Amino acid sequence: MRDMLEGSQAIARAVALCRPQVVAAYPITPQTHIVENLSKLVADGKLTTELVSVESEFSAASVALGAAAAGSRAYTASSSQGIMLMSEVLFNIAGLRIPLVLTCANRAIGAPLSIWNDQQDSMAVRDAGWIQLYCADNQEAVDTTIQAYRIAERCEIPVMVCVDGFVLTHTMEAIDLPTQEQVDGFLPPYRFNRALDPRRPISIGTLVAPEYFSEVRHANHKALERAIDEIEAADRDWAEVSGRSSGGLVEVLGDPEARIGILTLGSATGTLLEALDEYPDLGPVRLIRLRCFRPFPFEALRRACAGLEQLAILERALSPGLGGIVGTEVRAALADLEGTLHIRDYAVGLGGRDIPLSTLPRVLEALAVPESERFRILDVNLEQLPEEDR
Amino acid sequence: MSEQPIADLRRHQPRFSGLESGHRACTGCGEALGARLVTEAAGPDVLVANATGCLEVFTTAWPQSSWRVPWLHSLFENAGAIASGMEAALKAQGRPTKVLAFAGDGGTFDIGFQALSGMLERDHNVLYVCYDNEAYMNTGIQRSSSTPHAATTTTSPAGKARMGKRHLKKDIVSIIAAHHVAYAATASVAYPSDLRKKVRRAMAVEGATFLQVHSPCPLGWGHDGAVSIEVARLAVQTGLFPLVELERGSLTGVMPIREVRPVRDYLRAQKRFVHLFADDPRAREELDHIQALADHNIERYGLRGDRPDALDSEGADTVRRGGARWA
Ligand SMILES: Cc1ncc(C[n+]2csc(CCOP(=O)(O)OP(=O)(O)O)c2C)c(N)n1
Ligand SMILES: [Mg+2]
Repeated sequence: MRDMLEGSQAIARAVALCRPQVVAAYPITPQTHIVENLSKLVADGKLTTELVSVESEFSAASVALGAAAAGSRAYTASSSQGIMLMSEVLFNIAGLRIPLVLTCANRAIGAPLSIWNDQQDSMAVRDAGWIQLYCADNQEAVDTTIQAYRIAERCEIPVMVCVDGFVLTHTMEAIDLPTQEQVDGFLPPYRFNRALDPRRPISIGTLVAPEYFSEVRHANHKALERAIDEIEAADRDWAEVSGRSSGGLVEVLGDPEARIGILTLGSATGTLLEALDEYPDLGPVRLIRLRCFRPFPFEALRRACAGLEQLAILERALSPGLGGIVGTEVRAALADLEGTLHIRDYAVGLGGRDIPLSTLPRVLEALAVPESERFRILDVNLEQLPEEDR
Repeated sequence: MSEQPIADLRRHQPRFSGLESGHRACTGCGEALGARLVTEAAGPDVLVANATGCLEVFTTAWPQSSWRVPWLHSLFENAGAIASGMEAALKAQGRPTKVLAFAGDGGTFDIGFQALSGMLERDHNVLYVCYDNEAYMNTGIQRSSSTPHAATTTTSPAGKARMGKRHLKKDIVSIIAAHHVAYAATASVAYPSDLRKKVRRAMAVEGATFLQVHSPCPLGWGHDGAVSIEVARLAVQTGLFPLVELERGSLTGVMPIREVRPVRDYLRAQKRFVHLFADDPRAREELDHIQALADHNIERYGLRGDRPDALDSEGADTVRRGGARWA
């Protein structure tokens, strides 16, 4: 059944369908509506869960960790400064191989203070050891949340579901919410092999000396790599239940034969798709969406980019002093094509800066300049800066 | 008493021990003793959330562990929140298992204070035990807000311009009690049966409880490991570490001191206070100051007792009760 739902509301309903036994979150724009909606579902008796109203994001992540380790399905969500405050716990959750799901309502990180969307927050914790999936729209946010629990629990790796703040979280869309039976059939009850239990006492989170540490990291890394199969399988199997795929690892849209490509993550996908309709004279363009950023889908990405001559990367974050984050990784993945493939990387939509449809022709025009910078922030209005900062 | 060796006597007591021997604590470590006593009294039906610190490090050098209870270490500053999550999970699953949180004074008074306060305010069914050795021992003896006034640590050294730590020991149990939790108490490893009794009391409460266990650290305090118990007992007998119980914020129990000892006896036993015995007017002033702090505690809590010193009389009984839970 299709309902008109705000993104956050849809996500909250999807979370509830997954029957988490413990939910802990702390308000921060633009995530707040998710925790508010969950609280209301609990208050109305539509969700039975231990809702822990914590005093910080740091504790929200810690409560979720403790709950999942004690054998309960757990959920948390945050944004921006909250993700930063959580970051120590996020690394810990992944290192301990605790399966849980976190929604990151993507927002810029201060300073300067900004409540608006970009993806600096989830990008800043990309090396924490979490699976990261970026959603293009709210239907996907719903479907990906449900898939995320299955992936997390099968792989014993936490999953971060990234949704662009405001652009998705605060937008009304017609959403097809699955039934409880569909979700129950897809997602078996939570069972954690290493759950803390007095009948079988184990120690989790011990001190590991140099003679074992590399082995633990190796196991972590390999588990992330192997998760690729589970991520694809979850999308395939859920498509069978729901009739909808969320794009697997990497989705190819537009003209799959085109020699010019644009790669992006998240909600910018929809904007670019619409721009392709708006500007039909631009010629064939292949639109590549990276749905799965961790583990990094080398093979799928290379397949998606096969035959390209020019590639523009549009990303909503950057690593100051380096340039693009996604761009740098994509370049590395396609390194052996360098020489035949011309790649340019653009940061767009920072701190809530709009990404209008006209971004498409401007990017393609910039991409066509052979001697241009490898990376730059698009749409910088230099007149707003003092001379020495330009 | 017969000449039976101690190990033999132990075997006759069906005692549950949550912390086995063979760990890597220093000899005379108060925390190791404290954790053993707490888990003995709490019994096997518990989950433990342990903060980073000596206790975590010396008990779990992978691939070995000294714990016989399910145990999880996450971070330095989140034991209160990890325990909250565990308790929420057990509640959701309808399991009666009790959650214990273990942390040092640094993990409790300082960096983990916010998570602890949240846990208390939400009244999770958790017994939070702070093993108070009055400094960051795991990282090499740095001051914490629990370090007593005038004690030296590596970040509050004594020198020409300083007499050790300049600030007072934080009155954590009063702050905990101000959350109006059902039970908050202080205990000392020098009084094991009192400590066990307090653990059992806290275990019987449905809700957040707190126990601060004064735990001598031979390395950090500068005394021989063989006299840890004597040193810890002096802290109580001088009034510097009052043993008290608070229920819903009101004082409901104190360990009386029959023969109050001067603070010098306690301070002289430890190298961290050695500068206070130099021929220096500032040292004399500090000594007077510390004596005044002890006198204030005695006055405030009414510690001067006329009844005999409570020197651990119900030990055997305690052990049997701990054992019964396990059997
Ligand atoms: C966020 C963070 N900061 C600092 C540390 C380093 N550190 C580990 S244990 C510790 C001190 C522990 O002191 P305390 O809690 O009193 O326990 P003790 O070792 O004295 O038993 C410190 C500073 C850390 N692990 N995490
Ligand atoms: Mg300490």
